[in-house]
Amino acid sequence: MTSSAAQTLAGATGPRRGSLLSRSGGLRTGLLLLPPMLWLGVAYLAALGALLVTSLWSQNDFTGDIERIWTFDNYRQLWDIPVYRTIAFRTIGIAALVTVIDALLAFPVALYMAKVASPRGRRLLVIAVLMPLWASYLVKAYAWRGMFSEGGLIDWVGKPFGIHSPGYGLVATTITLAYLWLPYMILPIYAGLERVPDSLFEASGDLGAGAWTTLRRVVLPMAFPAVVAGSIFTFSLSLGDYIAVTIVGGAGQLIGTVVYANVGTANNLPFAAAFATVPVVVMLVYLAAARRTGALESL
Amino acid sequence: MNDGRLKAVLRALTGVVLLVVYVPLLLVMVNSFNVDRTFTWPPPRLTLHWWNVAAHSSGARHALLVSVEVALLATAIALTLGTLAGLALRRTRFFGRNVVSLLIILPIALPGIVTGIALNNAFRTMLGLELGFLTIVVAHATFCIVTVFNNVQARLQRLAPSLEQASADLGAGPFTTFRLVTFPMLRSALLAGGLLAFGLSFDEIVVTTFTAGPTEQTLPIWIFQNLFRPNQAPVVNVVAAVLVLLSAIPIYLAQRLSGDVVSGAAGAH
Amino acid sequence: MTSKRRKIRPLGALLGVAALALVAGCGTSGGSSNTAGTPGGQGFTPPDIPMQQSMGKLEGSVNILAWPGYAEDGSNDPKVDWVTPFEKETGCQAHVKYFPTSDDAVSLMKTGDYDVVSASGDASLRLIAGGDVAPVNTSLIKDYSQIEPFLKDRSWNSVDGQMYGVPHGWGANLLMYRTDQVSPAPTSWGAVFTDASQYKGKVTAYDSPIYIADAALYLMKTKPDLGIKNPYALDQTQLDAAVSLLKEQRQNISEYWSDYLKEVQAFKTGDSVIGTTWEIIQQTAAGENVPVKAILPSEGATGWSDTWMIAAHAQHPNCAYAWMSYITEPKPQSEVAQYFGEAPANGQACQLTGTAFCKAYHVTDQAFANKIWYWTTPISQCLDGRTDTTCTDYGQWTQAWTEIKG
Repeated sequence: MTSSAAQTLAGATGPRRGSLLSRSGGLRTGLLLLPPMLWLGVAYLAALGALLVTSLWSQNDFTGDIERIWTFDNYRQLWDIPVYRTIAFRTIGIAALVTVIDALLAFPVALYMAKVASPRGRRLLVIAVLMPLWASYLVKAYAWRGMFSEGGLIDWVGKPFGIHSPGYGLVATTITLAYLWLPYMILPIYAGLERVPDSLFEASGDLGAGAWTTLRRVVLPMAFPAVVAGSIFTFSLSLGDYIAVTIVGGAGQLIGTVVYANVGTANNLPFAAAFATVPVVVMLVYLAAARRTGALESL
Repeated sequence: MNDGRLKAVLRALTGVVLLVVYVPLLLVMVNSFNVDRTFTWPPPRLTLHWWNVAAHSSGARHALLVSVEVALLATAIALTLGTLAGLALRRTRFFGRNVVSLLIILPIALPGIVTGIALNNAFRTMLGLELGFLTIVVAHATFCIVTVFNNVQARLQRLAPSLEQASADLGAGPFTTFRLVTFPMLRSALLAGGLLAFGLSFDEIVVTTFTAGPTEQTLPIWIFQNLFRPNQAPVVNVVAAVLVLLSAIPIYLAQRLSGDVVSGAAGAH
Repeated sequence: MTSKRRKIRPLGALLGVAALALVAGCGTSGGSSNTAGTPGGQGFTPPDIPMQQSMGKLEGSVNILAWPGYAEDGSNDPKVDWVTPFEKETGCQAHVKYFPTSDDAVSLMKTGDYDVVSASGDASLRLIAGGDVAPVNTSLIKDYSQIEPFLKDRSWNSVDGQMYGVPHGWGANLLMYRTDQVSPAPTSWGAVFTDASQYKGKVTAYDSPIYIADAALYLMKTKPDLGIKNPYALDQTQLDAAVSLLKEQRQNISEYWSDYLKEVQAFKTGDSVIGTTWEIIQQTAAGENVPVKAILPSEGATGWSDTWMIAAHAQHPNCAYAWMSYITEPKPQSEVAQYFGEAPANGQACQLTGTAFCKAYHVTDQAFANKIWYWTTPISQCLDGRTDTTCTDYGQWTQAWTEIKG
């Protein structure tokens, strides 16, 4: 079933013969699509739209009530006050860094799982990668807090080698986020690599390419869409995080913390909504770029 | 892949990465026995006290129950809607195809805090709903659809339509064909998608924070509320340790039920 | 700092359904004896919300919004439970939700899902002005007469002599330090401001815009030229001075804390060695054998005074009153105070806690209480009675806080 032969076959046969089902194709598609589109349209798109509208309103600072006066002030403030720009760029930078770290760490693991490990070992490895996803996000973040602390595990282990914990801050935040989202990168790459038929490796070898050349010229290009697919998770999850950074981030602020502070602390939903459009726009651009690599199909 | 050196390098790297992945989890395990309430390292002494307290924590047990209920319901909805969408887009190349997949991906691709405040705002101010069990389920189902959809779509892509056509030619109606032909072929993909959806819902905290009302508490919310209380934090470690151990069960079961699940759970192929 | 907020205010006030009506006659002090912690008048007219006149039939359920530790139901630790006796006594099933900060309390209260809230002074005025809470009929509160008089009719829990809640408990934001790493022992807040560089990367502070008041309090005592009379009434120049002091401090901050586990941990490991604290944190840390001490510095301190308030449109008003009445009885007061680590509002609780506890927390010590500037929401009308200038409001403080953290 996993062989590419079946896949090619499926593609080749295609909807050649007009069956009963596909003759009424348009209607069928419409009926099938109606419930999910209704759900997503009502529950999600409308909500997003409303949020966008809210960002054009203002808020009474003292009572926290929303005043429905149309204004671009929230966006102007975002633009005019430098600290918000700094925070936005910092967040995007961290999200990108987390994504790169995860891709670098995940690739060898996924390759080993897909092409080197025995079938039994592969199963165990998949379990090993999936298991941490079930330990609570918060608990893992707090575990890292303990490791980064003065005299914590990192100091304790690193002492003989002169390694010192970086302490709470952006470095700790980046490491923690990379740790939290790593499985989301490993699994898609593993799935992508598994699809690459072994025969391709053999062919490459037969043509005289060494293992490293095969890796570079054959495996990497084929795995690329899967890496991009995984990066959508790691990038977006990092972009919106506000909990890990409050636990290990010291005094640092990210987009998520500012949005959260404005919803909670300042009770200023309009401004929070305005700032929240920043990650939305970034993600839409990212998705558009990802689509060109064909990653969305392999998400 | 015949190069022994490359294999050795890969094996070593995998080992190191997994070690790093498991060290914090081991730390959680150890800390659940740590006598120190703020889990400083190394633990001064070990105790079973927290396990005992956790065993009697009705709050944690209740929250666990709510989480399981929410995850089951959200998964059920996601399975239904995701399968429908997957079937709809099968072999169709209509203009809105990309729009539909984008719409399905969006709830997971946009940062949780955006989804969270958008839904919170919609539920409360637009629909006038009271936040509670139902709103959590709706929110979770929304971002869970994508896992099922991807698995179903990927599976359908590699299935030849000939079996279904044969079924239709033999006079079976669309529902009979689905029940007897399509569904059995999709089963492991559904299992994989469902498992991912369940896991996604079970550990979700950001969207849940914004969509949970006063009376309902999922396990992550319970954990969040209790982590910032010195007397409770060690109990949270116990709960986390138990969760990690328990998580082997659904994964193991899924593996037994279908060998294909593993690759399926890995992201829909 | 921002032109936007200023521009929309008049518009907002005109339209304001629940907006502030900036009353001309300010300085109407609400009948409170004028101690240090009392800002002048309230300067606004709250929306007209009817007060409940008598107790009706109990609804069988109540949604409580509380600081963690204020409403324990035994679900976490069977020994810590004063909600169950309440449920047994009244038949009101209690659903408790904890909030981590005052600001969360305000936004949660606005959902309308909750019947009662334990609001600190930096939340209570916002709730009153927003029309989210109703005046409280104190005659329906059984032990109201036992509550310490210096907590009643204060600027953060009443408007023009009308109580909007029942006082619950109070405490100060003290200065804590590691005795083994900080010497000489500090006596002034200067240790975390002007002298903070001594402990570079080891200073901690409370993570909320309201912490700006701590800097303002220090400036009030050390820079009299600025003319700060009340740390919650800062005009733009005064706020700027506080902000620049905090930006300086930021260079030396290890982390800002908002939950007490984080701070206990940080002091235990030595990631932080000096900074603001609550008594409960100091006691927890000391209980973990961390060599820490907490003092009330010479400048005085900011602090909190919490009030149980009832939602304007409570779905379970009678059970809410039953809760407010119950939670201010001596027994639950003593239990909360000891579990949470604060001074109970009901002095009778001291007979149950023992005098040592009450002495440690200065329960009936009005002189101590007078040195505390209780959290109050800064509003554009100056709380110190100045009429010739506009003060900065909480929205501006929030923005300033984001900039301070950078």
